Amino acid sequence: MKGLYQAVKVSDHVYWVGAIDWNIRDFHGYATRRGSTYNAYLVLADKVTLIDTVKAPFKDEMLSRISSLIDPRDIGQIVSNHSEMDHSGSLPAVIDEIGPESVYASVMGAKTLGELFHPGPEIIPVKDGDSIDLGNMTLSFLETRMLHWPDSMFSYLVEDRLLFSQDAFGMHLASSERFDDQIDPAILEYEGATYFANILLPYSQLILKLLERVKGLGYQFDIIAPDHGPVWRKDLTGIFEQYHRWALQKPTAKAVVVYATMWHSTEMMAAAIAEGLISEGISVKMMSMDVAHRSDVAYEILDAGALVVGSPTLNNNMFPSMADVLYYLKGLRPSNLVGAAFGSYGWSGESVAQIETLLKEMKVDLAGESVKLKNVPDSEMLSSCFSLGIDVAQALKARL
Amino acid sequence: MQRYVCGICGYVYDPAEGDPEGDVPAGTPFEKLPDDWVCPVCGASKDEFSPE
Repeated sequence: MKGLYQAVKVSDHVYWVGAIDWNIRDFHGYATRRGSTYNAYLVLADKVTLIDTVKAPFKDEMLSRISSLIDPRDIGQIVSNHSEMDHSGSLPAVIDEIGPESVYASVMGAKTLGELFHPGPEIIPVKDGDSIDLGNMTLSFLETRMLHWPDSMFSYLVEDRLLFSQDAFGMHLASSERFDDQIDPAILEYEGATYFANILLPYSQLILKLLERVKGLGYQFDIIAPDHGPVWRKDLTGIFEQYHRWALQKPTAKAVVVYATMWHSTEMMAAAIAEGLISEGISVKMMSMDVAHRSDVAYEILDAGALVVGSPTLNNNMFPSMADVLYYLKGLRPSNLVGAAFGSYGWSGESVAQIETLLKEMKVDLAGESVKLKNVPDSEMLSSCFSLGIDVAQALKARL
Repeated sequence: MQRYVCGICGYVYDPAEGDPEGDVPAGTPFEKLPDDWVCPVCGASKDEFSPE
């Protein structure tokens, strides 16, 4: 495949040799409407080093890009910063094809790769603070466990002041441009926030600690090279500040009203609650699970201060699309939220109590009395929904 | 004996098993783990754990 795909220069010694997946739309349940990239990087040091690989079907694209610079068999070392298959899927085949001298990963990475590939490749485990000598350059490792897998680590190329940050600071965005300054900043912020909300949110506390730690290490960064989306070479301060803000999850005057509906009764309730919230000056995002995707709800929750959830009762349970999004959100562990539950029902009406239970498990502070009503709401019932909106708004405003 | 769950990754410390990789013998209650003991899965410190 030599000659078709080209490498892109990132710094004095580093080239992007990844793959562009223009068509992926579902990334393990996260809607990736702009596609993605799997970034691998080639370090042309005395000892040529490949940082991460790509998802299995894209192996030839990566090898072709490498071939635009060197014979892939000249790669002496591979570093796996993150074992997830979109970065390691082609690792065993690449090792077979090019026969590197050494493959490095974190201790947990070595373990995980073994469990993924049965048997995994032979790995030299590296620890936090270790470095390897690339002849004329040095690559240092920083463990970033649970950001976002136990194996995750960063690699720092000292001479080029370049951080290989695996999934951190990345986003699902397919583009022919490789750098942040070549892409509309509004798109970068939207896709970066969506990625954070759907992948990194549960580990916000660790991110805050990591940002502090990195500051303390005194590293200088000219370039941040993540495993998805564009390379940061211009606005590094901006992406650090965004990560800090997103990880803090400081509530804003915004409520997400997420609901499912069968015959529009729960939807009428949602509209009345939204009007109550708006009357108190709260910005509202209404999300019907008939049309919204769970990952869009995660994005909206990132800067919200309230989560109001409604569902009808279907065969003694909350509506399936509501269970989907609530379990998804629960796993993402958003914090600092107030909320409420509501729903219409035909005869048994279990959904509201089920939602309340889940919201409590998510540590959402319930504001006001949940509203549960039979069949189609009348104007009085809609007034109680409007009041619930006001109650939630006031509880939220007390926290701002 | 009380099991403790890691608030970061969900690993459960079970005193009946201890933490063989961290040289903690079976039968060690959570309270008796050294202060610098960390979660064997994600490296979280003891204060990230809560009773299961």
